[in-house]
Amino acid sequence: MSGDPDSAADDGWGVLGELPGDLMMWVLIVSELLVFGGALLAFLAVRAGDTAAFAADQALLDQTAGAVNTIVLVTSGYCAAMASAARNVDRRDTARFWLYGAMALGCVFLIVKSAEYWSKAQLGIGIETSPFFTFYYLVTGFHALHVVAGIAILGAVARFDGERNIEIAASFWHMVDLIWVLLFPIIYLLG
Amino acid sequence: MKYESQKIAYAYFLAAMILFVVQVSGGLLAGWIYVAPNTLSEVLPFNVVRMLHTNSLIVWLLLGFFGAAYFLIPEESGREIHSPAIAYYQLAILVLGTLGVVVTYVFDLFQGNFLLGKDGREFLEQPLWVKIGIVVAALMFLYNVSMTVLAGKKTAITNVLLIGLWGIALLFLFAFYNPANLSLDKMYWWYVVHLWVEGVWELVMAAILAYLMLKLTGVDREVVEKWLYVIVGTSLFTGILGTGHHYYWIGAPGYWQWIGSIFSTLEIVPFFLMMVFSFVMVWKGRRDHPNKAALLWSLGTTTLAFFGAGVWGFLHTLHGVNYYTHGTQITAAHGHLAFFGAYVSLNLAIFTYAFPIMRNRDPYNQVLNMASFWLMSGGMAFMTFVLTFAGTIQTHLQRVMGQNYMEVQDQLVLFYYMRFGAGIAVVLGAILFVYAILVPQREAIEPGKRDVLSPAE
Repeated sequence: MSGDPDSAADDGWGVLGELPGDLMMWVLIVSELLVFGGALLAFLAVRAGDTAAFAADQALLDQTAGAVNTIVLVTSGYCAAMASAARNVDRRDTARFWLYGAMALGCVFLIVKSAEYWSKAQLGIGIETSPFFTFYYLVTGFHALHVVAGIAILGAVARFDGERNIEIAASFWHMVDLIWVLLFPIIYLLG
Repeated sequence: MKYESQKIAYAYFLAAMILFVVQVSGGLLAGWIYVAPNTLSEVLPFNVVRMLHTNSLIVWLLLGFFGAAYFLIPEESGREIHSPAIAYYQLAILVLGTLGVVVTYVFDLFQGNFLLGKDGREFLEQPLWVKIGIVVAALMFLYNVSMTVLAGKKTAITNVLLIGLWGIALLFLFAFYNPANLSLDKMYWWYVVHLWVEGVWELVMAAILAYLMLKLTGVDREVVEKWLYVIVGTSLFTGILGTGHHYYWIGAPGYWQWIGSIFSTLEIVPFFLMMVFSFVMVWKGRRDHPNKAALLWSLGTTTLAFFGAGVWGFLHTLHGVNYYTHGTQITAAHGHLAFFGAYVSLNLAIFTYAFPIMRNRDPYNQVLNMASFWLMSGGMAFMTFVLTFAGTIQTHLQRVMGQNYMEVQDQLVLFYYMRFGAGIAVVLGAILFVYAILVPQREAIEPGKRDVLSPAE
């Protein structure tokens, strides 16, 4: 190869090269935002065609549970950020403590979410019930799967607790709570 | 050529090119049958011609991939192929299977026989014995290349290539599962058909492209690898759930319409990245490689794949659009440019790069080869346009106005004539390509001295 030694540092990625964590994680984050963004835009477009039916279905959602989960997940994101900050100053046990906190709150989110799904199932509501619920289950279901994946990733970096690893996991976890913060108002609250 | 066993690729590429000419000739015949539907209707019915056209395409592309793997793996992992003998036996099995398929289709032998007769599923029509042969050949191949890579240097290019080739073999196993329920049949059928061309084949494409960029532009391996990972990540992220765009109307649950629409829309991303990648590498590259034809095909493959697979795919991938366009000539337009752009051109790029090296006449000026690029690409682009127009009219008359199928076909005959003309250009281009690769001897040139890279000169 005809490369010069310092080309690794400056390989022409510009601002992309300065992102924290790993480039691949940012590729994933952007991809996820495109998918959820696309789904939410499609939701809004279909909703515009039949606002009355969407409003009637939305009234069946538990907005309080959604609000609780918002607080839970954002707090969990705070824990992940604290873990990263603690690890950066070499306080590894403190970092691990914050990671476990983030994971525990992730579990709380899943429990609340499961209770919501359960109560919908009791009403005989499923993914094929109406266009609103098709989107509801697709978007929140995909999101819940990401919460599960996020908990696993946080668990992995609690074990392999390199500075960079924790940064990468925290980036993923913030993406998961960012998406919730976007989908909660659009699906639960939008009047 | 650094390693003796790279020569294995020669036999694979040769077999691939023979099938390539057969494939496009079959396509030309099928194109004529669209114009004059009774042509050979007793001797060689349209459905058989179409089977030969599509099956031989897949087989020669795979032969090209195998050949490419045998060519680039020794260089990448820094050692000879584990066993050249196994590689040649593998080729013999594949050629035997191909001949068996052709004879079985053309003469419709052993109709209904579970082992020897043809199978009814589109694209997977091969008799069971051929399918088993394909698996045996694939296992021999994977054993051979995996042993080579495991014993040698592991690079990002060989890793991605191997994952892609293992994926091809494993997903092919779904060809053996054929549930009686037609919806389930289709669901698993796409595990092979879609997850090949919009999944693992993209990994193979990205790996071969990365190798070509490395060799032709002289950009640092680190940079190439970073791009490779991003391309592979996005193609798996979008391609796997993108399968949903085949589940709209086969009896699968309705939520697939949204999963398919959203994920398959994003399938354009890896193709866009591959195009940007190839052009950025050429701009940044400090090497003036004399094999301009290989560079032309490399840039051609990413550009045509972006339009054929990416743009033309998006054209009819949203379920609201596909409700009207499904199975019209729009699909044919997309299929032709996507396969030509992504996989035919990629194969021709690696052939163009490898042949002068294998025949010891590198560096080499390939004017005829470049002419064949423009002839084939021009023909294929024209074909894509006329089929798109035909498909648009067909969609309107048949799906919106509700006219019946054959009535509409009569309205499209002008486009079918033009498509036939475009097909002639493609076939001539293919023959010219093979000629340019194999025949001329006295075009060797001095290594490039200029700084400027002008791939399309």
